[in-house]
Amino acid sequence: MSYFEIKDITVTFGGVKALNNVSFSVNKGEIFTIIGPNGAGKSTLFNVISRIYEPGNGEIHFNNQNISKSKPHQIARLGIARTFQNLELFENATVLQNLLLGRHIYKKSNLLNELFFTPKVKKTELEHRLKVEEVIDFLNLQHYRDIIISGLPYGVRKNVELARALCTNPKLLLLDEPSSGLTNEETIDLGFWIKDIQSLLNITVVMIEHDMSFVNKVSDRVLALNYGEIIATGLPEEIKNNDKVKVAYMGE
Amino acid sequence: MQLIQLIIDGVASGCIYGLVALGFVLIYKATETINFAQGDILMLGAFVAFSLIGVLGLNYIVGFALTVIIIAAFGFLLDATVIRQIIGQPPFATVMLTIGLGFIFRGFASIFWGTDIYSFSTPFSGKILQTSGLVISYVNLSIIIGTAILMIILFSFFTFTKIGVAMRASSENQLAAYYVGIPVKFIFSLIWSISAGVAAVAGVLLAPITLVDTSISLIGLKAFAAAVLGGFGSIPGAIVGGIIIGIVEQLCGTYENYIFEGVREISAYLVLILTLIIYPRGLFSDKAEVKKV
Amino acid sequence: MRFIFKTKYDQDISVTRHGGDRFWYSLLIIGMLFMPLLIDDFYLGEISYICILAIAGIGLMILSGYTGLASLGHAAFLGIGAYTHAFLLTHGIPFILSIPIVIIVSFLVGAIIGIPILRLSGMYLAIATLALCFIAEHVFIRWEHFTGGNRGLAVPYEEIFGISLTNSAVFYYLCLFFLIISMFAAINILRSPTGRAFVAIRDSEIAAQSLGVNLGIYKALSFAISGAFTGLAGALLAHYIGYLAPDIFNIFLSLTLLLLIVVGGMGSLHGTIFGAIFVGFLPQLIAICRDYLPSSIGSQPGLEPMLFGMILVLFILYEPLGIYGRWIKIKLFFEMFPTYKKQTFKKQKVFNKTDRV
Repeated sequence: MSYFEIKDITVTFGGVKALNNVSFSVNKGEIFTIIGPNGAGKSTLFNVISRIYEPGNGEIHFNNQNISKSKPHQIARLGIARTFQNLELFENATVLQNLLLGRHIYKKSNLLNELFFTPKVKKTELEHRLKVEEVIDFLNLQHYRDIIISGLPYGVRKNVELARALCTNPKLLLLDEPSSGLTNEETIDLGFWIKDIQSLLNITVVMIEHDMSFVNKVSDRVLALNYGEIIATGLPEEIKNNDKVKVAYMGE
Repeated sequence: MQLIQLIIDGVASGCIYGLVALGFVLIYKATETINFAQGDILMLGAFVAFSLIGVLGLNYIVGFALTVIIIAAFGFLLDATVIRQIIGQPPFATVMLTIGLGFIFRGFASIFWGTDIYSFSTPFSGKILQTSGLVISYVNLSIIIGTAILMIILFSFFTFTKIGVAMRASSENQLAAYYVGIPVKFIFSLIWSISAGVAAVAGVLLAPITLVDTSISLIGLKAFAAAVLGGFGSIPGAIVGGIIIGIVEQLCGTYENYIFEGVREISAYLVLILTLIIYPRGLFSDKAEVKKV
Repeated sequence: MRFIFKTKYDQDISVTRHGGDRFWYSLLIIGMLFMPLLIDDFYLGEISYICILAIAGIGLMILSGYTGLASLGHAAFLGIGAYTHAFLLTHGIPFILSIPIVIIVSFLVGAIIGIPILRLSGMYLAIATLALCFIAEHVFIRWEHFTGGNRGLAVPYEEIFGISLTNSAVFYYLCLFFLIISMFAAINILRSPTGRAFVAIRDSEIAAQSLGVNLGIYKALSFAISGAFTGLAGALLAHYIGYLAPDIFNIFLSLTLLLLIVVGGMGSLHGTIFGAIFVGFLPQLIAICRDYLPSSIGSQPGLEPMLFGMILVLFILYEPLGIYGRWIKIKLFFEMFPTYKKQTFKKQKVFNKTDRV
């Protein structure tokens, strides 16, 4: 069995099939990209994986574990972290607080010792902080540490969201359109970071992306989705030259 | 026979709840805000009707129509001047805003009209219809028939008139409505005015039963139960929910000894809480079903 | 403008930011300690009341300001605290024991109520808590064995360490003590992982969930913590009022608490103090307004709810961050002078995040 596997997932919204028997598998350590025109069901797929939507049928396996019955809040503990297409940051908190929330699954304190803020709580807080600082250094966020999210430019916010996902120490990272809304330079940086995430941090990456040149540069394998169905899988070059994919994007 | 009698009385008071709930639903569907001042607008309607009919001595029908027009215009202005400023802010802000407005209306009413309890004569006052053991007051009858007529008018308006269809479109999808050239802001104000007008109708119909004072604004809170029971997005749901609440209240009042003392006063709230816990989507929800974990 | 040069991560965790803060807060507390020497019994009573309001405000602030859950029924918790306390005292349980019991009871009630109704989001929650407030008021009327029903319940005169609580200075110190304790407890909760999880739920439930925050548990926890603070305030309020009647804990009191946190400033603990001072002096403010208005309007009982509503509406429309937000702006104005820009606080246009899926 592969590292991460989607089996026969079907999702129906009021009679419309957003995903129809979608199955694919991702190998450990690869960068796997999902492409497809708007409304193809890409984000729905992510929402199924993070258990926000209940699929009609099908199973999801990760690391030899069936996660189709897990609760949404248990997914992070299994080692799956994600970002969102339209940014779901904690708008009225600082960057630091946002990143510290990425450490929530490693919380050790309970209400009683938090009430008195015992030395033990303080110690674990400092440990979390050290990990967060590592991520801050990794993604160059030093300048923004104490700034409230709502005052940050879009590119930085996207970066913060990626950083927050990394703070959970994930094994599998789901990125929903990481390059959308970024400037050219930011996209180039992002490409390097994603490569580094793969090679230095040993994290498997599944991402949804629109920018084809970015996809070709970064991904190991690509899957094309249209109207909730898989139309092609393969290496980036194969997908680029696939006729069905061309039709899906350009029309007949 | 007693049961049928209870149900008829329940339906009558339930229609009032339903009408107020209808106001909630219209506004909620369009703008996703809940107007906590709906009951206070009903109260204003009753007071205005009292001034026109009881004080100025206008004919009941004329006074009724004028009241509805005045309150509807008031609703329009309320949206255009105050509510519009807050669209897009978190729900908490709109809740607080409309609660604050409710207090202003109530305070205004007690300053302007005083704290006395008023009544005005209607063509239905004091008359009853007696058939085979049933006693139905004309007032109750007027409420039931009035609600039915209003429903037919609203239904035709939303189905057959261009502006009614535009309203439905804006409720379904604001952005799309905007793109096809529907003046969304104007439409929203219009929805506020309709919902205020409906509340005014409820206020005038209710006035002969409860008499007119500031405490009738509390009806608004019970109407929440009706709206929630009906699914908060459905117009027939609001009326049916209201009628169910009305009947439950009557039954609880009569059989109080078998349940517990004083159950009548809180029965609407109990139904509300139970609905939210057991079946939060309500009876007539029109939401597309997306199963969330 | 003061720049803080940070050399340790501890500095981000500590309660105060720098020495200046520590100095001013210590000065404030010392000033508060000398208060009974400076003012007479009436105003001392008022300030005690403000302390009680502030404790209740902390409770509601944690729930609404930090976790983003609106409650229109917090008077119920004040009632639960007050009645439980009075009941325990009349049955011979000493003050020192009664207070912790009250806190635990309100905490549990909060959790038990919280678990089912917190599955609801936004507006529905507001409506449900509103209904709860009515049901609670009704229970206070009907459960005569426990509450004395409409006849009311006299709160026993209590002594701690042999000093009577009827002495206004003693009661003042008691309230101040509990306010400071509550403040520290709230600060500690909010700077630890639990408090962060609350903020996460407020700002984005979906992201909080994906980071491993169990929404149900944390919402119920927030409700319970909020209930515990408000219950404590209720117990103190019982002594302040002296005689409990069910209609004290009505919807208007719930809305007063909401006014407190809105006017004070949502999402700040400073705000609870500002808000409590404002709400505490509101009756006096209204009395002053009455004097200036023509007697035909000034003598009307409707003036109070009307002003209440107007203050609420004006704050929501024009100063959604409350007095604390205004204070921050004024402070920044002087710090940045003359380069202050109004745009610093300009609100971004936000689009409605819908409850519908």
